[in-house]
Amino acid sequence: MASNSSGGGGEGGSSDRQRIAQQRLRIIAGHLQRPADDGLIVLAAECKGQNNKTEASSEGRTVPRRRQEIMKWNGWGYSDSKFLFNKKGQAEFTGKRYRLSGMIMPALKDWFEGTFGASLQHKTPATPVLTSSAVQPPTLNEAFVEELKSTGISFSHNAEDRVFRAHGHCLHEIFALREGKFGRVPDMVVWPNCHNDVVKIVELACKHNVCLMPYGGGTSVSSALECPPEETRSIVSLDTSQMNRILWIDEKNLTAHVEAGIVGQDLERLLNESGYCTGHEPDSMEFSSLGGWVATRASGMKKNIYGNIEDLVVHIKMVTPRGVIEKSCQGPRMSTGPDIHHFIMGSEGTLGVVTEVTMKIRPVPEYQKYGSVVFPNFEQGVACLREVAKQRCAPASIRLMDNEQFKFGHALKPQVSSIFTSFLEGLKKLYITKFKGFDPNRLCVATLLFEGDREKVLQHEKQVYDIAAKFGGLAAGEDNGQRGYMLTFVIAYLRDLGMDYYVIGESFETSVPWDRVLDICRNVKARIVRECKDKGVQFPPLSTCRVTQTYDAGACVYFYFAFNYRGLSDPVHAYEQVEHAAREEILANGGSLSHHHGVGKLRKEWMRETVSNVGMGMLKSVKEYVDPQNIFGNRNLL
Amino acid sequence: MTSSFGDSGRSGPLDEEELVDILEERRRSSDLGHALRTFSPHPYKGAPTCSAADLNKAVLESQHLHYITKEVAMETGATVEEVREEASGILEEMSQNLQLGFIRLMGYPLSKVSKKLFRSIFVNMEGLNRLQQAVQENPVILMPNHRSYFDFLVISYIMFTYDIPVPVIAAGIPLAGMKLVGRILRRSGAFFIRRAIGSDKLYWAVLSEYVKTIVRRGFAPMEFYVEGLRSRTLKSLTPKLGMMNMVLEPFFKGEVFDITLVPISLSYDRVLEESLLAHELLGAPKPKESTTGLLKATKVLQEDYGSMFVNFGRPLSVRDLCQDKINRCQYNLIPRDLPQKPTAEAQACVSWLAHLVVRIQEEGSVISPWSLMASLLLQAPTAVLTEEGLPWHRLTEKTLWLRRLALDFGARLNWPGGVPDSNVMQSNLVLHRSVAQRKTGRVYLVREDEPARKHLISPEEDAHRTAAAVLMMASYRNQCLHIFVRPAMLATAIHITKSGQKDELSTFFCFLQDIFSNEFIFIPGRSSQDFEEACFLLKKSGAVHISQEEVTVLDAGLEVLSFLQALLQPFIESYQVVFRYLCENGPHSFSEKQIIPALRDWTTKLILSGELHTYEALSSDTQKNVLSALRRLEIVTKSRASEQNEFGVNREAVKRIGDILSGKIPPQSLHPTPLARL
Repeated sequence: MASNSSGGGGEGGSSDRQRIAQQRLRIIAGHLQRPADDGLIVLAAECKGQNNKTEASSEGRTVPRRRQEIMKWNGWGYSDSKFLFNKKGQAEFTGKRYRLSGMIMPALKDWFEGTFGASLQHKTPATPVLTSSAVQPPTLNEAFVEELKSTGISFSHNAEDRVFRAHGHCLHEIFALREGKFGRVPDMVVWPNCHNDVVKIVELACKHNVCLMPYGGGTSVSSALECPPEETRSIVSLDTSQMNRILWIDEKNLTAHVEAGIVGQDLERLLNESGYCTGHEPDSMEFSSLGGWVATRASGMKKNIYGNIEDLVVHIKMVTPRGVIEKSCQGPRMSTGPDIHHFIMGSEGTLGVVTEVTMKIRPVPEYQKYGSVVFPNFEQGVACLREVAKQRCAPASIRLMDNEQFKFGHALKPQVSSIFTSFLEGLKKLYITKFKGFDPNRLCVATLLFEGDREKVLQHEKQVYDIAAKFGGLAAGEDNGQRGYMLTFVIAYLRDLGMDYYVIGESFETSVPWDRVLDICRNVKARIVRECKDKGVQFPPLSTCRVTQTYDAGACVYFYFAFNYRGLSDPVHAYEQVEHAAREEILANGGSLSHHHGVGKLRKEWMRETVSNVGMGMLKSVKEYVDPQNIFGNRNLL
Repeated sequence: MTSSFGDSGRSGPLDEEELVDILEERRRSSDLGHALRTFSPHPYKGAPTCSAADLNKAVLESQHLHYITKEVAMETGATVEEVREEASGILEEMSQNLQLGFIRLMGYPLSKVSKKLFRSIFVNMEGLNRLQQAVQENPVILMPNHRSYFDFLVISYIMFTYDIPVPVIAAGIPLAGMKLVGRILRRSGAFFIRRAIGSDKLYWAVLSEYVKTIVRRGFAPMEFYVEGLRSRTLKSLTPKLGMMNMVLEPFFKGEVFDITLVPISLSYDRVLEESLLAHELLGAPKPKESTTGLLKATKVLQEDYGSMFVNFGRPLSVRDLCQDKINRCQYNLIPRDLPQKPTAEAQACVSWLAHLVVRIQEEGSVISPWSLMASLLLQAPTAVLTEEGLPWHRLTEKTLWLRRLALDFGARLNWPGGVPDSNVMQSNLVLHRSVAQRKTGRVYLVREDEPARKHLISPEEDAHRTAAAVLMMASYRNQCLHIFVRPAMLATAIHITKSGQKDELSTFFCFLQDIFSNEFIFIPGRSSQDFEEACFLLKKSGAVHISQEEVTVLDAGLEVLSFLQALLQPFIESYQVVFRYLCENGPHSFSEKQIIPALRDWTTKLILSGELHTYEALSSDTQKNVLSALRRLEIVTKSRASEQNEFGVNREAVKRIGDILSGKIPPQSLHPTPLARL
């Protein structure tokens, strides 16, 4: 299952999504039948017919069965979208999908070279094509394959298909792909079309003892999709991407019943067409799937209004080796012992496959407004966020970037066409640094997103800016806010650019009580710098953080770090040691093992101390009951 | 394999290091100019400056103090306001008020006085440079040893001279009471701590919040004496852990990324207070710190005190040192502002670090030729030293022999080159003419002049007069004890057990460490390394041959072994005296106030009767150490019944220890529970 990763579609995606939605409205219209007035929109009921199992069936959906048709095999996102340095040495972003597409970012080169000590002369290009012969031949369980054929469920053991499902987006995974190295990959891929297909597949898997690994959007950053090297059985990747329909919308209760393989952008677009949204927007929402969100306890950017996945889910259906688990009704809250949803949420594909989910939906908000505030320093910024949380008046999203990220954001400014705009920019800068006395090397910026009806948004906006002013914050305009959210989705593409020039990096997150936010930020950043030095990294690393979510009792903090690995013989190993040390530091400073990325195999070693021995035993006994044969053998979490 | 922790003090002769005499510059240029010099330190990068008022405000408004204030109000029935007032009063009494102007004001007389007292004040520049770097990176804690009142401002003076932020300094409250001087010290960065805080919750809270705020803010280095007191014996004292705990907590709780500890070794050729200290050890009351007393001490200014050495040790990263010693997650579940009793793990870690620092102070200290001479002189019977004297040529010969041994053992010896060795020894003797004098080719112990009194001096008084002289000389021997103590314990083990089996020797060695760990500094949990080190050094000096399982004494090594064993002998005898007293004569229960004078009287009697020859047994410091050791081993225990500090003795256990120490029975475990040392 996929988790929402560090990259993907923030705001920049949203307007693009709307544009794409317009274009495709015609095609999709066919799928929509709006009934008269019973408040129920039935979009699909039966399993998609076998005859309809052509590519056309996923028309209007983003993810085709053959992911390679639109996506990179060794990097982030769409094949047509990437950063590159053109012949003039200027950074540009290719393609047509994003706001930044086709634009030139003149400041990026200097920032890149200055920050990392990198040079455009020193390239580390990736292996250009996927060589199928380098992939291990599949170990097939013939009996399983035979019986699967008779069900008519489509499958493949094509090398490309298998390689695509053998990884998430951890640095070491992408680094290996770029070098054309493949470890253990799934032996085959199956594409169920509906819940019943999954039931059949799981039955067959149990019967023939094959290992199943659910695959959603493939955006995991916890090594969750890595095939356990010690697995000797045939590994079957169960790709849910074709289970992507909204089955019904209940307008009276404001819920939608959706197949779990749908990816975020499709879900939002399709709901938008009916005037609704879920409001769940993890940064990876372009590619990550509903089932993946459930399986990893995902969190969305706008959780302040809509809630995290656990707040959004009303009903879950999961197929396990023991059978199907689900609740008997859709009551909004129950006192019926421990909530079985909480065994499912965060199970990371170790117990079964989530097939269908009923989710809360909301009418599409009337009005959206971005905003930003500049603070003289990070300390003041955190104090402001804390106050906002205390007064429980957080906007849909509020994020605080540290000084390094602020500078990074600036480096991504597209070329300004008019002299007037650049003149204005200059004036603004002058005002903040000279007139207000902010130190450009200490100031930091918070980005805001307000949502709701127009009047309330404006009122809310004023309230937040008033609080900010008490902490020395100056309103810095909508543009800066919007650009901040754009940074979120391009950063994953940017990592690929870095990797072309000896720069590797990653992001990771945690949640932490308010009183420790500043300490954890300082200590983890400092630890990263120190560890890089200790591990022989020749250049000072980029070590930066931001506060991305506020809660009553704490915040979610994201760290980014990247370094130039020239001169290192085993950069990935050094990188992993630094990340490991950083995680130790997080835990020692009272941070959690993960806020929303999940545990996977990357952070498994800390599970016991995280949940205690007894907690671990509880989880294990559930696994033992549900899946005694370890059919769902991805070995995540436990 | 000499245990150079973190290469602090590089062992070996001093001439390899770059030592700069800071008085030389002062002798050449204007002291006034120095006091008015442009002071431009590079402060800790993360910290804005913090005025004394800001600091006090932060402390008073801290969550920690709010919490304790409420608690104390509940317990005592006072109002929260009243308790806050009280806290504010405590803070006022405590707080420093560091002002550069006063550093300058102090700088001038300090230059004058230093030049008067000392020939030179040597500073290791390498250490100073490292310190300059370190203060910019993390909060720095300066941890000097404490040998003299002169220690107090000398570090600030050096920092001022070399553009390093001037520290705030933890000082004992008596200093604050001195007229004018108290005020000046406060403005020079001193903050004042009461002695015997006991269970005053509010005071503890104010103090610890004050200290922690200083560390967290990092606006200035903090200086404190981990030994707690001035050492009256010039031997390192067992570190006190209260302050150390407070200083380290901000790191344990993640409030700072790291803390840098800088052990500093201050060594004096001759200590200003030498005779005062010896008399205090014999029970004379410590003179109260007063300004008039200070002025009277001006006669001190007329004497020559040789040189002083200030060695700045290599900065230690608490983060690195504690890596596997403390799990910082233990602080995750309770708000960090709330007082939390340190866990056994945290206490062990703090104690280990404190001991480590003191060991590094020892290693960084400079040994003078006189210290070696004193060690040898004291091995002669006291009667010989006072009556017949020791032949000068014999002393010089032995001193040269001992110099080789000391260098072998890694001492930082200040033995000037380019001068005949005999001149070096002669000038050392002259410097210390208050303790020893050479007459007609022989060296005598000097006893203080008899007080001009009408009546005849009593035998007891006479014995104490001798004891004072012996203790004074012993304190100079003590300056070099840390070099020899480990091999000396092995030599003693060989002598007492008469065994060559390594494991048997190791058991006895550990027993000695157990008994003497209030007397000498041993880093907890390192006994096996200490034993290995002792073996290595004895082997290096050619005294023994060491195989897998056996230690064989070599003929050529008898001189070394007997010297080492004799070095430890006064301590063993002093301990046995106390043991005997507790077993035979002492009451079953006693308070510390009663027992020390009683012990002194009894010991004096033993000396006068000729039964005991070790005048050192009269040292109250040693006696207190024995009692502390017995308390640690839970042989002497606090009796529950009494309100005062009454102690009960387990005589049988005391006797057993005495018997083991004299070799009558083999060593056995002394610990009531395996966790006793935690």
